[in-house]
Amino acid sequence: MTEARYDRAPGDRPSREMQASAPSPLFVYTTGLFLALLLTATSFWAANTSLLWPGGVALGLAVLAIAQMGVHLVFFLHITTGPESTNNVLALAFGVLIVFVVVAGSMWIMADMNQNMLMPSPAPMSMQMQH
Amino acid sequence: MNISVAIDSVPQDALPSASEAGPAPKRIVVAYGFWIFLLSDIVMFSALFASYAVLVHHTAGGPTGAQLFNQGTVAIETACLLVSSYTCGLMSLAINSRRYLRTYLGALITFALGAAFLTLEIREFASMIAIGATPERSAFLSAFFTLVGCHGLHVTLGLIWLAVMMLQVAVMGFDATVQRRLLCFSLFWHALDIVWVGLFTVVYLMGVSP
Repeated sequence: MTEARYDRAPGDRPSREMQASAPSPLFVYTTGLFLALLLTATSFWAANTSLLWPGGVALGLAVLAIAQMGVHLVFFLHITTGPESTNNVLALAFGVLIVFVVVAGSMWIMADMNQNMLMPSPAPMSMQMQH
Repeated sequence: MNISVAIDSVPQDALPSASEAGPAPKRIVVAYGFWIFLLSDIVMFSALFASYAVLVHHTAGGPTGAQLFNQGTVAIETACLLVSSYTCGLMSLAINSRRYLRTYLGALITFALGAAFLTLEIREFASMIAIGATPERSAFLSAFFTLVGCHGLHVTLGLIWLAVMMLQVAVMGFDATVQRRLLCFSLFWHALDIVWVGLFTVVYLMGVSP
């Protein structure tokens, strides 16, 4: 009964017994390092090059950063889609939802308020003029 | 007698599913709890990121990010933190196979790279403050020092934690408790690197590119 199937802790690699095809852990970490270095180098290149359309650089940098976070989660933290790490993935999904709401919500609301502060709507002004 | 017969008659090849296996081992419970803490820490960072994104153009006539940031330093800092995350992973492999020398070596390299990152960051802060770009100068600089300084504080705490853990390994050996704490430390260190990915992209790269 000792080999009962448990959830996996975040950071645990799939054990060789559980998954016969699991690659060696050293190979997983090294692959992650090279992918992360590649994405980082691409980010720094994209921020400094004049070859790309400047309007798209910020979006490209965001995509590269999210991809690199994914690489870190999979190769360093070993968060997988396997049934043993459902709890870890669900907690992560909730965290990502809150992060998105906080960041996007703040930027949206503050940009809206900035716009209203800079350009007061002309309607009340004209009404005052008429009186 | 009857009970032992009943246990023996359970087919061994059909393992119970995770929800039927009873309470999980302490290692899994501890790591899951720490994972929740890390996610809440990242939510806290997201609030700092949001305030930085809102205030980034409010320089009050002071220096902007493009004038202050040095991308060469940031590239070295990023490389330090990334490689230290890798050596931290190698250290956790050495811990799993209970090899003292490799554990100490991995911890030493991780600590050295983390300290190098911190030194570069403190030098950057000092050079900014020397030219009058203090947190009091503008809302942009307040948000910058809060966000980047909070990450630097986490790295400092991580370095202290790593030193304490190596003392515990030296004194207590690869005890089950020590192993759980080391698992939590490696999760913490990897999470810090994830935060840094967002940080160098949003603050340094997007701030410098036009």
